[in-house]
Amino acid sequence: MIGYIARRLVASFLILIGVTMVTFALTFMIPADPVAMLAGRNATAQTREQIRHQLGLDRPLPVQYVTYVARLAVGDFGKSYARKTDVADLIASRLPPTLLLMLGAILAELMIGIPAGIYAASRRGSGADKVAMTLSFVTVSTPQFVVGLTLLYVFAYLLSWFPLSGYGSLSNLILPALTLGMAGGGWYSRMMRSSMIEVLRQDYIRTARAKGMGERRVLLVHGLRNAALPIIAMIGLDIGIFMSGVVVVENVFGWPGIGQLMWQAIQSLDIPIIMGVTTVAALFIVLGNFLADLVAPLIDPRIRLR
Amino acid sequence: MQDFWKRFRRDRLAMIGLATILLLLFVGLFAPVISPYNPNEQFFDGLTLEGSPLPPGERFWFGTDTNGRDQFSRLLYGARTSILIGIIANGIAVIIGSFLGVTAGYLRGPAGATIMRLTDLMMAFPPLLLAIALAAILKPGLAIIIIVIALVNWVQIARVIYSETVALAERDYIEAARALGAGPLRILFRHLLPHLVPTITVYATLGIATTVLLEAMLSFLGRGVQPPTPAWGMMIFESQSYFLNAPWLVFIPGAAILILALSFNLVGDGLRDALDPTQRDGSR
Repeated sequence: MIGYIARRLVASFLILIGVTMVTFALTFMIPADPVAMLAGRNATAQTREQIRHQLGLDRPLPVQYVTYVARLAVGDFGKSYARKTDVADLIASRLPPTLLLMLGAILAELMIGIPAGIYAASRRGSGADKVAMTLSFVTVSTPQFVVGLTLLYVFAYLLSWFPLSGYGSLSNLILPALTLGMAGGGWYSRMMRSSMIEVLRQDYIRTARAKGMGERRVLLVHGLRNAALPIIAMIGLDIGIFMSGVVVVENVFGWPGIGQLMWQAIQSLDIPIIMGVTTVAALFIVLGNFLADLVAPLIDPRIRLR
Repeated sequence: MQDFWKRFRRDRLAMIGLATILLLLFVGLFAPVISPYNPNEQFFDGLTLEGSPLPPGERFWFGTDTNGRDQFSRLLYGARTSILIGIIANGIAVIIGSFLGVTAGYLRGPAGATIMRLTDLMMAFPPLLLAIALAAILKPGLAIIIIVIALVNWVQIARVIYSETVALAERDYIEAARALGAGPLRILFRHLLPHLVPTITVYATLGIATTVLLEAMLSFLGRGVQPPTPAWGMMIFESQSYFLNAPWLVFIPGAAILILALSFNLVGDGLRDALDPTQRDGSR
């Protein structure tokens, strides 16, 4: 097991190095001159030269890359063009709301996906099964901003059950979490259904039925526990999907997380923030994949040998 | 092949999806003929006296947008943008992904490992954020958006094709072909690719749905195709602040995106079932 963890850790580390190379290369493709952005319009040639030197843009590429990584390692993502503040501070202050939103979305997708999957599997081939599986396609085919704006219009505007936007209480969290988790709920219901069908074929389920256990108990005790494990193992992978989704969802609901920060940066083309958020998102994804790798062998011990 | 069509035809949802796609293709192709107005014309009577967009009515079927343009005409032209980007961007992604996947799976060794580590690296970036970063760096335009989406979307198909190729390459008939003196190119094109066509077809179809959604998200963020080209995501982006007063400005293009993506998902799912009947109750 320790060998397995060590291998996954090394792989994650190598990917992180690759990530920094990609983001470094991307910052070099930017047509806008960072010196001009920081110096402003009325700067003299001398100030420009000074800023260029301060930013280290007059040094050779490999040196710049090493400096870049060294800066990232201590959490220095540069300064925002528009706000003139440290990108790292901006991201750090926006992180807690985003993490809360993601947690809510994970709960939402499990609460949609697992019951829907069990229900569909237990009535396999019936009309209800077909409706549930078609609905799961609808949830994964709807853009998140449409889901968000629809929920907002119906439940916040027409029915006034929830506030239109804001942050701070549980009632603020429900609609954005549902929006972010909806598509995942659709995928999970399909996976849960096929996983459950697989489990229900096993001998121990037949034994449980044969000894007279009620169908409800068979499904919820023996079925659920075994069928849900592979799905739980995939939660770590959701982080990547959520990292894209929060940009849209937080904008729709005025949620003050890194998605909203990113949205504002996109509108003003604040490249340091865009690159910073992309880097942090990649970091989270690598972390999420690593967690998923850690959980996977607990569920299927054969994985450890790979 | 006939079996396949018979099975596919029995899948009612996939047939509905196929019919919808054909209809939308027709609409996109003949948008200039069908649409009642020029999609970019701002009508003097297209706004209320207070300057608000008009609700759906007799003159403007789906109402007007915040600039007093005909929403119905813009919707028809928007179908062009979505389908064009969906098919071309995803087509490029499928070609890149299949080529890299089959190469990595057949060659294995250091070259294969390098390609697969590259996909691992790509998987570390959220597709939307990477696309945004690329679109922010390059100047957004139709061609750039297509390239950006293709660069982001090739990964999944590469991984699927890779694992299929690895499994196929171990089969006896490949060994036999090699023993008979077939070169690597002949094995690739005559013995491997034909067996991968079903998988490529399924993922190419499902990939169009993903592409349509990604394009919609990009243009909703203002980083997709640039105005005045009508795009469904951008139509929602432009009217977001008016949304509570004029919900049709969001719901109609939103429904259009949903219908297009859903159709490709349904057809893709139907193709998968029809091409591989043993997998009927398989995952996803």
